[in-house]
Amino acid sequence: MKNYLSLLLLLLVVIFVQLLTSWTDTLYYLTQLTMSAYYSLLIIGLCVVMGYAGQISIGHAGFFAIGGYLSAALTTRNLVAHQDMVLVKLMDSAGLLLKGQDIYGETLVVVTPWAACVFAILTAALIAFILGIPVLKLKGHYLAMATLGFGIIIYRVVLASEYFGEADGISEVPGFTLLPGLTISGDFGSRIPNYYISWGLLIIGLVLLRNLIDSRVGRALRAIHGAEDAADSMGVDTARYKLYTFVLSAVFAAIAGVCLTHYNGGIGPSEAGVMKSVRYVAIVAVGGMAHLWGALTMGIVLNFLSLRGIFGSYDDAVFGAILILIMLFAPNGILSLNVRELWKRMTAKEKTALEGEG
Amino acid sequence: MALLELNQLEKRFGGLLAVSDVSFSVNEGAIKAVIGPNGAGKTTMFNLIAGSLPATSGSVYFDDAELIGQKPFQIAGLGVARTYQSIKMFHGMTALENVMVGRHIQSRAGFLSSMFKLGWTRKEEKKIKERAMELLDLLDISDYADVEATSLSFGQQRAVELARALAMEPKLLLLDEPAAGLNIYETAEVGRLITKIRDLGITVLLVEHDMSLVMDISDEIVVLSFGQMIAEDIPTAIQKDPEVIKIYLGE
Repeated sequence: MKNYLSLLLLLLVVIFVQLLTSWTDTLYYLTQLTMSAYYSLLIIGLCVVMGYAGQISIGHAGFFAIGGYLSAALTTRNLVAHQDMVLVKLMDSAGLLLKGQDIYGETLVVVTPWAACVFAILTAALIAFILGIPVLKLKGHYLAMATLGFGIIIYRVVLASEYFGEADGISEVPGFTLLPGLTISGDFGSRIPNYYISWGLLIIGLVLLRNLIDSRVGRALRAIHGAEDAADSMGVDTARYKLYTFVLSAVFAAIAGVCLTHYNGGIGPSEAGVMKSVRYVAIVAVGGMAHLWGALTMGIVLNFLSLRGIFGSYDDAVFGAILILIMLFAPNGILSLNVRELWKRMTAKEKTALEGEG
Repeated sequence: MALLELNQLEKRFGGLLAVSDVSFSVNEGAIKAVIGPNGAGKTTMFNLIAGSLPATSGSVYFDDAELIGQKPFQIAGLGVARTYQSIKMFHGMTALENVMVGRHIQSRAGFLSSMFKLGWTRKEEKKIKERAMELLDLLDISDYADVEATSLSFGQQRAVELARALAMEPKLLLLDEPAAGLNIYETAEVGRLITKIRDLGITVLLVEHDMSLVMDISDEIVVLSFGQMIAEDIPTAIQKDPEVIKIYLGE
């Protein structure tokens, strides 16, 4: 019952914020809140991997980019020249292609957003699966290094390949009509529905992950985090559970990538950058690792501040600093921070240092 | 009938033969103890049976299935539960949750059915919780159900670990020094408990240092020394065995 109460509260806050922006004529805030919601979708997925299953990934921007770039490329790249290919013909007869005209009046053949979305998410899941099998055997720093390596590969691939637009990325990505009348797009007129789409997806994601954590599977994941060999001897197939969790979080990241790309109307290589992955890890840490609500709150707050440009050109530096400070002073997350206790600890240290000198 | 059968089991760590040519069997419904001085290879032998370590050679049959080469979670699935000499609680989980993990192999909710909270998973979850509470009750620690397991006393953690193993409803229970770190009263209590577990129909194989406990409760005893089996008999005979007296008391 308490669980539903907090969800209801969140829903009310979401609605209230929207109404507030309407009353005060500050609708532009909704743009950053929508983007923050999509980033937070990735972050709560990563939270389950890091906080509950106890595995680290510094490559989740890679999965975000796989989702975003694939759906962007498929829905914008003209297939006219390839219309004779068997695959393209097959897709055409399956109704997965969209024909129209570009701004110069030339025929434009692209993949429908739904087909592109499904393909992008499945690709991210498959890559996570193939990558996860060998990589999740590693522990601690080694796993961090391996996932970092994966992130760098994705970054360099999108930066180097013409298909993905090299340093320019892909722009003019069309809107994504989820249901008739419900389109993810950056049109000025559709800020409010898009705000609700993003938050709706985030809340659905949150509910699903909370259900997962409160279940047999969630307990098994926490057991792996707590004492992996003991979990193993309780009959938990630890390798499989870690792998599935990793794939699940990659799917969350890819969905976030797909949606945000359609919302922004494009995607650039910075979305695949390593600093983005570090940022996501930092936010999960600030939220308290094994704390979905913490990850969600911090995901919204920090992304919102960052997108509003509060940190200026020092954006990445701020997130690096946050990571260091959290590890030093609040390894259990900022919500667990007891300021008075911390103050005592710091002053006590100074005292002992002084005494040492004396 | 033998539930567990070890055949010429061997484990080599580089030049050291930690377990050498060990063969014995454990009958269904029995309590069997493995004793021996420190470094005799008792825990190594346990790890071989439970699949935590690969054997160099030999075989272990459990219920007509070969255990060697199987992973720990597969062996657990066959009905072998174990406890550790150094207690391994799941950090960050309550005593109750620890025991609930023990119900893993007896339940089946997966990723998707859990995420969408299908109707049957709720019923299953309720049953898992009830059974776990029953076991905490059985071991007299239900008062601490909602306390984080790692913050409990040593003896209470032992009990949680035992409840967790029993939650698996195993056919065979491997106990690695269940009385380690306990005083004589607690040790006697553990002895009564092990007998109670056997009376539930669970076969017990234990490794133990504490002679009084072993002599009281075991049906049969195996003695290991430097990885080799030097005796196997009923407790009263083991007490009189000159070889055994020699390795325990010196010549």
